[in-house]
Amino acid sequence: MARPRCCVLEVSGLRAGYGAVEVLRGIDLAVATGEIVALLGSNGAGKSTLNNNICGLYRPFGGAIRFDGSDIAGSPSMRIVEAGLIQVPEGRRVFPNLSVRDNLELGSYRRGRPARARNLERVLAIFPRLDERLAQAAGTLSGGEQQMLAIGRGLMSEPRLLILDEPSLGLSPLLVEEMFALIGRLNGDGLAILLVEQNVVQSLAVAHRAYVLENGRITLSGKAADLAQDPELRKSYLGH
Amino acid sequence: MFDPQIIFAGVLNGLLAGGVYVLVAVGLTLIYGVLHIINFAHGSLLMLAMYAVFWLWRLLGVDPYVALPLVIAGAFGFGWLLYRGVIGRFSHGRDENILLITLGLSIVIDNVALLFFGGDTQTIDVPYAGLFVEIGAAFLPLPKIVSFAASLLLCAVLGLYMTRSDTGKAIRAVAKERQGARLVGIDVDNIFAISYGIGIACLGAAACLLMPSYYVTPTSGHAFVLVAFTIVVLGGMGSFIGAAVGGFIIGITEALGGLFLGEQLGQIGISLIFILILLLKPTGLFGSRA
Ligand SMILES: Nc1ncnc2c1ncn2[C@@H]1O[C@H](COP(=O)(O)OP(=O)(O)OP(=O)(O)O)[C@@H](O)[C@H]1O
Ligand SMILES: [Mg+2]
Repeated sequence: MARPRCCVLEVSGLRAGYGAVEVLRGIDLAVATGEIVALLGSNGAGKSTLNNNICGLYRPFGGAIRFDGSDIAGSPSMRIVEAGLIQVPEGRRVFPNLSVRDNLELGSYRRGRPARARNLERVLAIFPRLDERLAQAAGTLSGGEQQMLAIGRGLMSEPRLLILDEPSLGLSPLLVEEMFALIGRLNGDGLAILLVEQNVVQSLAVAHRAYVLENGRITLSGKAADLAQDPELRKSYLGH
Repeated sequence: MFDPQIIFAGVLNGLLAGGVYVLVAVGLTLIYGVLHIINFAHGSLLMLAMYAVFWLWRLLGVDPYVALPLVIAGAFGFGWLLYRGVIGRFSHGRDENILLITLGLSIVIDNVALLFFGGDTQTIDVPYAGLFVEIGAAFLPLPKIVSFAASLLLCAVLGLYMTRSDTGKAIRAVAKERQGARLVGIDVDNIFAISYGIGIACLGAAACLLMPSYYVTPTSGHAFVLVAFTIVVLGGMGSFIGAAVGGFIIGITEALGGLFLGEQLGQIGISLIFILILLLKPTGLFGSRA
């Protein structure tokens, strides 16, 4: 496969896990500037583990993670956020006791503070629903609204690379459509995105390249359009 | 026998005493809300702050009210350092360790205080100690009125800080969603230390407000902390509003208990409230399910 030449994110030989359990056994993965890369894999394959190690929530066992050319493996999460690598996590993780506005403003706690007002306007233009609920406690939002808030909070920090962990989880089909359209638009503005998804067809449609993660290893990778035709992948994820 | 005038005076006195209780309880509930532990060193640190106020007065002649900003700042710094240097460092991120470390700290502090300050009761003589304000039939000591007003003011300032400032919002974010906080780049460990520092700063303020009308011995802190703990449980663990409302309820209960049952038995009312709240509404008046 053609290796992208200039990479925002470059993961090589990454090993990680929990305690003595190794979940990721040598991952090589890259995201180029302006690219959408899809990361596919069944439940428990280690996708979220990969994201959380990239973002500094856990310390990897070994291997390298380069972001914009500098090694960030094992750096504290605040430094990684500062550099512009932002994750919208699985399960949203919004601040339930804070208002929608405060959630969004905290999105620029470490990065993007000077342009906070302008970014808030931009995020509210993307998610008008949040605009109507600025004073509402985030914990009382519907699941879909919380997902919008989580993405909006991520955008508040002017990401250079956005990791989305199952952004369509729990959304109605119409909202899933909107979500993928949004991902395309954000990327159209130049944002690099690493997209973790269960919606294989839609992910491969929007992504440039994709990786398949199984049992802590990358088993398949290539152009999204090629993978969409791959018989192995079709069999294991689409059942035909 | 129970003249409404006397009861009125009792309620007012209780209300005034409640002010400082609120401060002590707000510190306790803040630390609980963020770190999810009871700070067992709370009473010992209050006692330490009271000695700091006492020695500032004795050695340098600084009036307790004048010392207020200094003691608040010093207590914050001390709390912050204590968290960074001891509690956070040795807890390895486990709540039960933090609990034991604060318990250990309290034992150490108490004994160090006994060693250096002795067991004698120390008091401060300020010229305004004997002044009273007359409201209806009630004669209220001026220092108690000052401590009440200052406690409320400080709690209001803290409330504004928690709701308006980025750091205040970050503290509340960390309290409920640590992982989410890390993902927006909040330095969670530092927020822990700041929260602990603010909790101890509340004690510094309480010490300045107490000393003009109270005394200090190496065990003075404990009585306050038992009361503060009751307040926190009554109001709901981690709830600010709960600590404020609970503080006044307990203050009044104590005053009326003292009135009807005498100084010695007056505390029974507090224990009664504690037991009742555990039986009827264990989450407290303003508590949410954890
Ligand atoms: N905090 C943790 N402690 C211990 N084991 C964990 C922890 N988090 C995840 N695991 C384990 O690591 C493995 C990979 O989990 P991970 O969450 O990375 O999977 P995933 O690919 O994101 O799955 P899903 O699609 O269901 O979200 C699983 O076996 C899981 O049980
Ligand atoms: Mg996952």
